[in-house]
Amino acid sequence: MSHRELDDILGRRWRKPKLIKRAWLRWVLGLGAIAYLIAAIASIEVNWSRVYEGLDRGAAFIISFTRPDFVSRWGDIWDGMLESLIMTVAASVVGIAISIPIGLGAARNIAPLPVYLICRGIVAVSRALQEIIVAILLVAIFGFGPLAGFLTLSFATIGFLSKLLAEDIEAMDRAQAEAVRSSGASWLQWINYGVQPQVMPRLIGLSMYRIDINFRESAILGLVGAGGIGATLNTAFDRYEYDTAAAILMLIIGTVMALEYLSGVIRARVQ
Amino acid sequence: MLRLEKLVKTYRTGDQALKAVDLEVPQGQVLALIGPSGAGKSTLIRCINRLVEPTGGKVWLGATELTRLGAAALRRERRRMGMIFQEYALVERLTVMENVLSGRLGYVGFWRSFLRRYPQSDVDEAYRLLDRVGILDMADKRADELSGGQRQRVGICRALIQNPALLLVDEPTASLDPKTSRQIMRLICELCRERNLAAIINIHDVALAQMFVQRVIGLRFGAVEFDGPPEALTADVLTTIYGEEDWEATIRKVEDEEVPAEGQFA
Repeated sequence: MSHRELDDILGRRWRKPKLIKRAWLRWVLGLGAIAYLIAAIASIEVNWSRVYEGLDRGAAFIISFTRPDFVSRWGDIWDGMLESLIMTVAASVVGIAISIPIGLGAARNIAPLPVYLICRGIVAVSRALQEIIVAILLVAIFGFGPLAGFLTLSFATIGFLSKLLAEDIEAMDRAQAEAVRSSGASWLQWINYGVQPQVMPRLIGLSMYRIDINFRESAILGLVGAGGIGATLNTAFDRYEYDTAAAILMLIIGTVMALEYLSGVIRARVQ
Repeated sequence: MLRLEKLVKTYRTGDQALKAVDLEVPQGQVLALIGPSGAGKSTLIRCINRLVEPTGGKVWLGATELTRLGAAALRRERRRMGMIFQEYALVERLTVMENVLSGRLGYVGFWRSFLRRYPQSDVDEAYRLLDRVGILDMADKRADELSGGQRQRVGICRALIQNPALLLVDEPTASLDPKTSRQIMRLICELCRERNLAAIINIHDVALAQMFVQRVIGLRFGAVEFDGPPEALTADVLTTIYGEEDWEATIRKVEDEEVPAEGQFA
């Protein structure tokens, strides 16, 4: 831009420069987005008479929440919850333990390139395969039951936690780590003194969050035969026992809320 | 004690941070490294302990040549070079004691350091150093609870507990107020004298450097432009190092302050 005299620009209105500078492109993109949205909504086929019939069933389902039945299937519910909790805790512990070394390897600023590529590869595979797909595969291998669920959740935990841990390590303060290295520390000592204190609060927070996710997932995995409370829930739906299903859903919601509260308390303590 | 021979650092971007720097520092000499930002001061001291890998040249620490050492040997030699950082670089979530003891990491094994079971002699030395710099009662506080001056004192203890032969000091007083800056510089120089340590101190504050050190090196565009005693820093010399500017105020300030400074601290 050529040099401008202050007098020329005084009194001129100032606006934030537009993200897309070319006006015609800006308009085409904006109108295109609106046209696409309208076309997309128009293409959804809704069978309104079917919806009308379904409203009754939906209402029955929702109304059943006002009278959840904890009692008549309590034995099954209790077994299912216990199985889910065991699955969640075991899968979280194993998954987190495996995630930490992989997370260290997947951080570009502390791992050499070959290690980095291998660890990022593991993370990518774990994240690409959705839990349900993994669970179906593992149920096919190990048969019905919580073992398949446990393995699925461990596998999913690795992708989630390693990736986020690695990203936190990559965002750490270099100076602190450099200071530890300059004292002649070995690699492990460097990780323990220079890196770990910086990422620990986030690691704990993420682990708590992952336990929470694993519990919710364990309710879904039952639908494909991988054990836990989900299996009980599935049975209840199959038998049209919406009141029992409501009781199970309430227990799941309660547990997730309790975990949420717990993670808040823990994170506040470790800052 | 420390000798740099034709030390060269070229960054991957092609920037030549150091152009064949030759420098010899005898035992016990405290040296200030001045120069404009980007002159290569930080690169120079990081090339000595190889936090930055030099591209060429040699670094002799006593009889050992550092640039060719393997990882294990380099760790052993790093123990002999204590480093003090700009903005302190303490590990914020560790306690003061852990930060100081981390200076012993080159000497103790992994499990000892992991379990924080340091030899009693190290623990005693850490307490002695904290007492020497006047923050003994902060030992079990977390590093991020301390003020700037206190943090830099912890940084000094961490460097000294390595029992080094050489101190590498990178902008120790940046982000400290003028009074604390002087206290920290005085402390570093006193400790060097007590322990007969050589030190290279990167510093922006020319007046502060003149007040405390025995020798000044001026760096400009990665080359040594000036090497002499602090009194020889004239306006002309500062112009060759930093470029044209009115230096009278900077220099006169030193002379004004010299008198009370001498009376107070000598």
